[in-house]
Amino acid sequence: MLLYLIKRVVLAIAIVVVAVTLLFLMIRALPGDPAAVLLGPRATPEMKAQLHEQMGLDKPFVVQLAAFFGGLLNGDLGFDVFSRRPVADIVFEQLPYTIELILVSILWAVSVAVPLGCYSAMRRNSVIDQVVGVVAVATMAIPSFVVAVYALLIFAVMLGWLPAIGAGNGLWDRLIHLILPSLAIGISWVGYVSRLVRASMLEILGETHIRMARSFGISEWRIVARYALPLAILPTVTILGVGIAWLLSSAVFIEVVFARPGIGALIVNAVNTRNYPIVMGTVLVTTFLIVAATTISDLINGALDPRTREKL
Amino acid sequence: MASLEAIHTEANAGQGHGSFRTVLRQLRKNRLGTLGVVLVLFIAVSAIFAPLIITHDPTRIMVGPRLADPSLNFLLGTDQLGRDTFSRVIMGGRIPLLVAFVSLGSSLAVGLVLGLLAGFGPRWLDNLLLLIFDTIRSFPGIIFALAVIALLGPSLTSVILVIAITSMPIYARVVRTQTEALRSSEYIAAERSMGAGTNRILAVHVLPNVIGPLLILVSMDVPAVIAVEAGLSFLGMGVRPPTPDWGAILNDGYSYIHESVWLVIAGGIPITLATLGFTFLGEALRDIFDPKLRKDL
Repeated sequence: MLLYLIKRVVLAIAIVVVAVTLLFLMIRALPGDPAAVLLGPRATPEMKAQLHEQMGLDKPFVVQLAAFFGGLLNGDLGFDVFSRRPVADIVFEQLPYTIELILVSILWAVSVAVPLGCYSAMRRNSVIDQVVGVVAVATMAIPSFVVAVYALLIFAVMLGWLPAIGAGNGLWDRLIHLILPSLAIGISWVGYVSRLVRASMLEILGETHIRMARSFGISEWRIVARYALPLAILPTVTILGVGIAWLLSSAVFIEVVFARPGIGALIVNAVNTRNYPIVMGTVLVTTFLIVAATTISDLINGALDPRTREKL
Repeated sequence: MASLEAIHTEANAGQGHGSFRTVLRQLRKNRLGTLGVVLVLFIAVSAIFAPLIITHDPTRIMVGPRLADPSLNFLLGTDQLGRDTFSRVIMGGRIPLLVAFVSLGSSLAVGLVLGLLAGFGPRWLDNLLLLIFDTIRSFPGIIFALAVIALLGPSLTSVILVIAITSMPIYARVVRTQTEALRSSEYIAAERSMGAGTNRILAVHVLPNVIGPLLILVSMDVPAVIAVEAGLSFLGMGVRPPTPDWGAILNDGYSYIHESVWLVIAGGIPITLATLGFTFLGEALRDIFDPKLRKDL
């Protein structure tokens, strides 16, 4: 396991290094001068030269890349030219809103999906199982922003039950403001996780130790909850690590639709104003998040199932 | 030479999932699959024959009523500029299909070549390519797409490029895994001992075995691509106005959600039907051909 741990962490670091280099190349390789874009059409050559120096664009490429890595190691993501504040500050100011939204969404989704998956596995091929199956595939297919706009239309605009925009102030108000956004993100996860739990549950319910428990006359619900579920939940735990990329993507749309603060709102705004340092900073931070999450989920998987360790 | 042919047929026998007709019969038995086929055909036909179906010029701004409710003249009402929503919805189906076709097609081609290289090439190349695939897979989806669009400017080309890049690693990995498994199999060794070169082995033996699972994976990615394209257009980062597009129509509806519900309905329903149709079809195809696929990704 120690060897696997070391190898996996080295791989994660390699991925981050390659990712940062690729992103850096992408920005530099593209046509157009970032300084000219930032200053607008009326910039004088002197102004451009000054900004070039400020951004380090006048130095050789390798020096720029090295300086970029050096900055990253110190938690320096560059400087936002518009607000004159460090990019890292701005990104980490918005990140908690997105994390909060993602956590609430996944929490409700899993707490609905797990019992649903167990029930579907126990009553396999019953009407409810079949209906849940179809609805699960359907919710996975429909994009989260369509769900969000429809939820907004029905519950906020037409019925007026829930607030349409913002994140709210105070605990209760914030929770109220989370209902529709987390519904839009979580609903596809209900479908996904319930199918996942059902599949692994069916596999486990067919094993001998479960038959043994049955022959002792232990009730079916008790068997499922006590003996099968702890095993059947494992694929879900590991999929959540990989799923963070998917969650972040839906969060972008949801934050825009519900006018919530967060990473998604930040980057959409930054793209519209061509604020490259913020765009780059957001991509870097979220890439780190994803690499960290997939590494952790692989490590958990490796600890629980030695067979996965051999694949690396 | 006869023995070589025999090996060839034997090798491909396991891959003979049956003719087109068998597939159709199995699809018909699968109720969701049938629904998927119907929805996909409906959307494809309306997109292909869109110019014949539309009742107004979808980009013409009319002096008539704005944000009007549906009527006989305007079947789905009009948008905030007085354009006919029905015609815009029908024409809007062309873009997601075009994006899916071009982006997934090029992604498949590149993924196939890189996957074969990784699976059949030297060890160091395999490791290098895997590292690149893993890196691309750790880019944060829509956020990465937005970054590329920030640099290239919002356009259909940017959208296609981003989707092609980000969906490639999965295909390449599948091809690589299958190629590597085949590489050590006995019939490939037999081929080699009879003097077959790498090109022949790849073209005659590896490719036919790899292409089937790959096409199913691609078909299962179509709904995701439609969602990404519509989503980016919804954010105003996809097609440029006044080009009609479902995501853009939904965004118009979102902007005027307090004035009229019809634009939201007209933009959202086609996206929903398209993603549902392709999902049902993709799942059915996977169940028919290869139930185990995607388990190991």
